[in-house]
Amino acid sequence: MSAPVFIAGLGAISSIGNNIAECLAAFKNEKAGMADMVYLDSVHRNKIPVAEVKFSNEELAALSGLSSQISRTAHLSMIAAKEAVDDAGIENFSSLRTGFISANTVGGMDKTENFFKEFLSDNKKGKLRNVVNHECGSITELVADKLGVKNYISTISTACSSSANAIFFGARMIKHNMLDVVVAGGADAITKFTLNGFNTLMILDNEYCKPFDENRRGLNLGEGAGYVVLVSERIAKMLKKTAYCTLSGYCNANDAYHQTASSPDGIGSYLAMEGALKLSGLKPSDIDYINLHGTGTQNNDIAEGTAIKRLFDPHFPKMSSTKSFTGHTLGASGSIEAVFSALSIQKGIVYPNLRFHTQMKELPFAPETVFSENLTVNHVLSNSFGFGGNCSSLIFSKL
Amino acid sequence: MKMFIRATGNISPQQTFGNVPFLAEAVEYTGNRLSCIEPDYKDIIDPKMIRRMSRIIKMGVAAATACLKESGVEKPDAIITGTAYGCLQDTDLFLTKMVEQNEELLTPTAFIQSTHNTIGAQIGLMLKSNNYNNAFVHRGFSFESALLDGVMLLMENAASNFLVGAVDELTDNSYAILNRFGLYKQKPLSNLDLYKTNSRGTIAGEGSSFFLIAKEESVNDYAQLNGMSTFYKPKDIAETGNQITAFLAAQAVTMDDIDLVITGKNGNAKDDVVYNHLALSVFKAATLANYKHLCGEYPTSTAFALWLAAQIIKTGTIPAVLNIDNPGKVIKKILIHNHYQDTHHTLLLLSAC
Repeated sequence: MSAPVFIAGLGAISSIGNNIAECLAAFKNEKAGMADMVYLDSVHRNKIPVAEVKFSNEELAALSGLSSQISRTAHLSMIAAKEAVDDAGIENFSSLRTGFISANTVGGMDKTENFFKEFLSDNKKGKLRNVVNHECGSITELVADKLGVKNYISTISTACSSSANAIFFGARMIKHNMLDVVVAGGADAITKFTLNGFNTLMILDNEYCKPFDENRRGLNLGEGAGYVVLVSERIAKMLKKTAYCTLSGYCNANDAYHQTASSPDGIGSYLAMEGALKLSGLKPSDIDYINLHGTGTQNNDIAEGTAIKRLFDPHFPKMSSTKSFTGHTLGASGSIEAVFSALSIQKGIVYPNLRFHTQMKELPFAPETVFSENLTVNHVLSNSFGFGGNCSSLIFSKL
Repeated sequence: MKMFIRATGNISPQQTFGNVPFLAEAVEYTGNRLSCIEPDYKDIIDPKMIRRMSRIIKMGVAAATACLKESGVEKPDAIITGTAYGCLQDTDLFLTKMVEQNEELLTPTAFIQSTHNTIGAQIGLMLKSNNYNNAFVHRGFSFESALLDGVMLLMENAASNFLVGAVDELTDNSYAILNRFGLYKQKPLSNLDLYKTNSRGTIAGEGSSFFLIAKEESVNDYAQLNGMSTFYKPKDIAETGNQITAFLAAQAVTMDDIDLVITGKNGNAKDDVVYNHLALSVFKAATLANYKHLCGEYPTSTAFALWLAAQIIKTGTIPAVLNIDNPGKVIKKILIHNHYQDTHHTLLLLSAC
């Protein structure tokens, strides 16, 4: 049970890049992914900026190998998962006990919302192919089947912490010796359903988001997918390359305060971070970098910041919200940020928190504002918090 | 490791909720859709909360509340839910308004509650519990994944007990869509005659079943949960048979030890081929019972079967509604085998404490 779980492969697609190399280049060039809406057909176009992956469904299909009629979420999932599996380069992949644990928040909603237009006028109308993959689990199966993963397949949906939970569920299955290799992460495409949902909550910034800034006004929705390939120690030794890092800690706690809002003291966030530290056997001062949940909403950033203050004061590690680049990719955010966290350790880099200008008056610390290289990053904490009070933290550690 | 089903709460198309005799008689439905018999929620949930809750949330929270009450556990160490479709009524409502109002003047409540983790979150909120809270949404494995998560927590000593539940609802729209996919029978029939037809389609069902599972034995336990296995898209019936044999071997039991096998037969000729073959091979000498005439077919129905098995073991009775040949048989070990569209197969083994 105490054997470490290694991260052997990484894959990501987001508004700042279609693969890991492109995402890293965007960080270095401080180039954010938000823009006016191009691919989503919504009345909010040109009013609400979004962080879209810069490909049409047809272009994504050419990369994913799936039908262009299929949900955008499945394409994003497939592209990033495939990159992760290829990156790990596990030779006898198909002969091992493999799992695919994925996360998303609305399944094939991008297709369902189009189906619904015709269906509402007559419930015998609307193309069934547009709802056949409505279920969250269907998206996972489309990708699992194409990857050739069979031994264990599951889907987690705990709103914006979904893919963080998927990653450590996968890690636990390895620790229990149920599986050898788990491809774990999540994907979400921007849909009208989520865009309008967040819009009704009045937490979307109509400019580019400013996480952890005193004058933050809300989040920008993003889309993408991120996956890690988790392997047991036995498999890690068989790799042709060195693993990126280990997943040394994780914890899931509930804020139990409100269905959508975080508690003022961020108790759920605090317990998630504290629990992850405890499992990893680390002290707060061992953490070199925190990849913040940092959505840019008034409520999240003060709750998360207050929890960090309570846990880390007076030694604050470097921290930043990469959502200032990618937007909030919802069910994919935990795993996209897990990928960035693993790269932070392997490459000794820390990402900037874009558009930070004014210190939050309640907090004694500020996020990083520049891209830093040549650092020694031994331990990274990554936070993901979601509706329903679901708070999860992951810790990645240098080998 | 040993673990025990300490309490249950079950809202289903049968009289299964509250202080009622164990399936004294079957509720009959004609047509191809079974709907949950809902309790008076005022007695179970804070009326202020009821107003805002959609049907599935009420069914989920009520079954969870009843389960916790029976268990005597105030705050479980973990709350884990499984749902294939999630909160359909809220999803439907928000989508409908979005389409009809062309994305203008929408209100947030339905969107907020459409999130797949809403039921687990509401339970956590109600109990003011900061403990582990997770939600699985994987079709015919949703409940099974939730159960595995909880079992792993017990094995990790991260929890001494957990609340696990499966919740899925049918709405008029989901029923209409699933019906168009050809899932359900096209001619009306009684659910009590489900296994008599050899035609295409099954009957639609729904349910909300919760369990409190604990590491420590207690005097009121229903049954011991011995093990679970799931397998995905077996290539043929032989592989399914092999999976069952391997599962039994891993549990160190043989079919001679199994007093009753509860299968997921659903009256759909195509789906039942698997069960019919197994009844002549692996399960040749077994006493077999079915359950989907009681709750209908839905992706998380394994939870209904688990409730049924737990009740049989605890009460020592096999209800007449199961129509088995030797109803007087003493039941100490039950194997459940269910599959959803031959894609998601589940095996569960329970035994008397």
